[in-house]
Amino acid sequence: MNEKTPAKPEIAPVDFEYASSREATDLVEIDDSYGLWINGASRSPASKRYFSTINPATEEPLARIAEANERDVDRAVKAARKASDSWRRTPGKERAKYLFRIARMIQERAREFAVLETLDGGKPIKESRDFDIPLVAAYFFYYAGWADKLEYAFPGLKPEPLGVAGQVIPWNFPLLMMSWKVAPALATGNTVVLKPAETTSLTALAFARLTAEAGLPSGVFNVVTGAGPTGASLVAHPGVDKVAFTGSTAVGKAIQRSIAGSPKHLTLELGGKAPHVVFDDAPIDQAIEGVVNGIFFNQGHVCCAGSRLLVQESIADHFVDKLKRRLETLRVGDPLDKNTDVGAINSEAQLDKITELVDVGIEEGAGIYQPACELPDRGYFFKPTLFTGVSQSHRIAQEEIFGPVLSIMTFRTPAEAIEKANNTPYGLSAGVWTTKGSRILWMADRLKAGVVWANTYNKFDPASPFGGYQESGFGREGGKHGLLPYLSGVR
Amino acid sequence: MTVARGSDSISGVSTPATISDTSPILGQSVSRRSLETYLRATPSVDEVAANERAAALATRSIKRESKMHALELTIRMMDLTTLEGMDTPGKVTQLASKAIRPDPTDPTIPSVAALCVYPNMVPTASEALHGTDIHLAAVASYFPSGQAPLAVRVADTQWAQQAGADEIDMVIDRGAFLSGDFVKVYDDIVAVKEACGPAHLKVILETGELATYDNVRKASMLAMAAGADFIKTSTGKVSPASTRPVTLVMLEAIRDFEAMTGFQIGMKSAGGIRTAKDAIRYLVLVSETMGKDWMTPRMFRFGASSLLNDVLMQIRWLRSGVYQNPDYFTKD
Repeated sequence: MNEKTPAKPEIAPVDFEYASSREATDLVEIDDSYGLWINGASRSPASKRYFSTINPATEEPLARIAEANERDVDRAVKAARKASDSWRRTPGKERAKYLFRIARMIQERAREFAVLETLDGGKPIKESRDFDIPLVAAYFFYYAGWADKLEYAFPGLKPEPLGVAGQVIPWNFPLLMMSWKVAPALATGNTVVLKPAETTSLTALAFARLTAEAGLPSGVFNVVTGAGPTGASLVAHPGVDKVAFTGSTAVGKAIQRSIAGSPKHLTLELGGKAPHVVFDDAPIDQAIEGVVNGIFFNQGHVCCAGSRLLVQESIADHFVDKLKRRLETLRVGDPLDKNTDVGAINSEAQLDKITELVDVGIEEGAGIYQPACELPDRGYFFKPTLFTGVSQSHRIAQEEIFGPVLSIMTFRTPAEAIEKANNTPYGLSAGVWTTKGSRILWMADRLKAGVVWANTYNKFDPASPFGGYQESGFGREGGKHGLLPYLSGVR
Repeated sequence: MTVARGSDSISGVSTPATISDTSPILGQSVSRRSLETYLRATPSVDEVAANERAAALATRSIKRESKMHALELTIRMMDLTTLEGMDTPGKVTQLASKAIRPDPTDPTIPSVAALCVYPNMVPTASEALHGTDIHLAAVASYFPSGQAPLAVRVADTQWAQQAGADEIDMVIDRGAFLSGDFVKVYDDIVAVKEACGPAHLKVILETGELATYDNVRKASMLAMAAGADFIKTSTGKVSPASTRPVTLVMLEAIRDFEAMTGFQIGMKSAGGIRTAKDAIRYLVLVSETMGKDWMTPRMFRFGASSLLNDVLMQIRWLRSGVYQNPDYFTKD
């Protein structure tokens, strides 16, 4: 027997905290004010009006942004119309060169764009750095490759560009949603007038300057900034041949009404209330990560967020316990800190909406759980939230919250899982966790969703189409399918 | 309350007086059927998602004071190891001084957790470590193959323990495990655990030979039920040795075993961990998977040899702002 053993002291755990690891912002130059990007240059708005954009993590203003009125939108559409004549006749090989150049320049300036996206939008730097910006470059690379192969993509048909595309994008993935729309539009020979969301205009404007540096002909890409009325003017403008919108279902419906009877082509990528189905044979610890990623990625500001967890009743308690434990380790706070998992809510209005729906959930009698994390004093933040004991009839099970809030329900049989999963007006995405391959296929056949992820969640690739069913919209972005909405003569 | 099993020497707190109080979980002799029923409850592991989670945690940015804490903790969690056929008493004595005082020019650097040697070297190491807090680990029971009759493996273990080892690192019979003879694996561990006496048992799964994460998870559950105080990835003699995803899978098994039985089993990642940067990534993985209570050598160990000098180099760099020539660090 070793005589020294009893003397060995108990060793207390070391405090293993992460020191602040803030991404430097000195690479990013933000002007005091930004004009509209029309015909290859920044222009003062005819409206003479500006609004300010703020950093949602600090509530401090970042810049003043021009607010485009009808006259401004008209100027932009006319510039795009004028540029359309030569751009549509530019050989695909030449258009590809611009797109490849843009993609490379985004890669070269990835850090700058990532920081700007995080400053203006509140998303964690690790997401803008590892997800948003690399994918933006990937979508441009991908569609650059299609530009000179359109006749091979649609054999026997004569694909022609539509003309001018009016594109209205949301604030949750500003540059990424822009790339999903701009890259296929330019590759197919259309010119673009883009309206970014009013809370996140900066990366679109920085991108506009990049297109000039890339030598993209003037007028091919234009940006009109502003809020809803600016978007409405763009959508309604008679010079627009194609409308592409990503955003809320309510606005999507309004757009569809406004262009009814016109020859405009339309694609809508709208809201969702995605079911995330976990069976009892699932790889449990990985499913926990998948569920966390599904709802807390980008603070839940994701149209395809897995906001309804359907867990098999036999493992529900165990699973929810594990989920709660995992929530305690989520790091909520300064989006610029490289170790932050959940950043700032994009705007005060969105924070109010989340708060309102969470209050409704409590009133409706669902059990709320939030981890003991501390939120910063300033800025718009919301704790990651779970609701247990949620019924199908609860508003938090039906309405899109667009925040870090997960509604948990249970099911007993696969048929019940399908019934509950499909019991929604939406149909954008769904997730399934099970080790049975046959069950994955059985579920995927029956889930009414544009995307079904099996044993993973939130996976994107430029080659894979994305889009919704029912009130989640129509038309596809990504892949060969993503070319269709910008071409005539292909059906 | 959860306690570390068996070995007062490791926990230093009031742990059960005899091993039989606590281990093995399923009893000294277990039927094939009951063992299979127990193992069938093990959830499956999705390999892609487990790799993804480990990779995501590797992007944590550990700076300044937290980096210094992590480096010091890495040393305190280290089982400084020499397991070579050409080991000599002189070499082991040298390594023991390195274990006690890793950097002779800097007395603030802590000692390592344990020195890990072959049984033959235990008497030498025991003498060299006498009077220190450093544990003495012996790789026993016919390390690294384990391919010997059980009586030989038990005798090897007993000998090492009686010669002064207070920690025993054994390796499971992978052949038996892969052929589905879980009872054989279980019985081996129970027998070796008994031969350990008061010494604390680390059970090596040799994950590089188990091939799948499902096997790793199942073998973890098996080893813990049979009485392991720690479960350990690798011998270091098989490639791949420890990886972060494998460590994650084993930690998740430990977490589930604790929830199920109340017993807190430790974890040792060994083999292939050579840089301070990699070690810090392991610490992040442990901390975020198991919680703050785990940041102690009582719960987590690194089995390593060349890692120590890299950690010392990084500490010197953090303190002085310049990288030193590797020749300034002793090679033992």
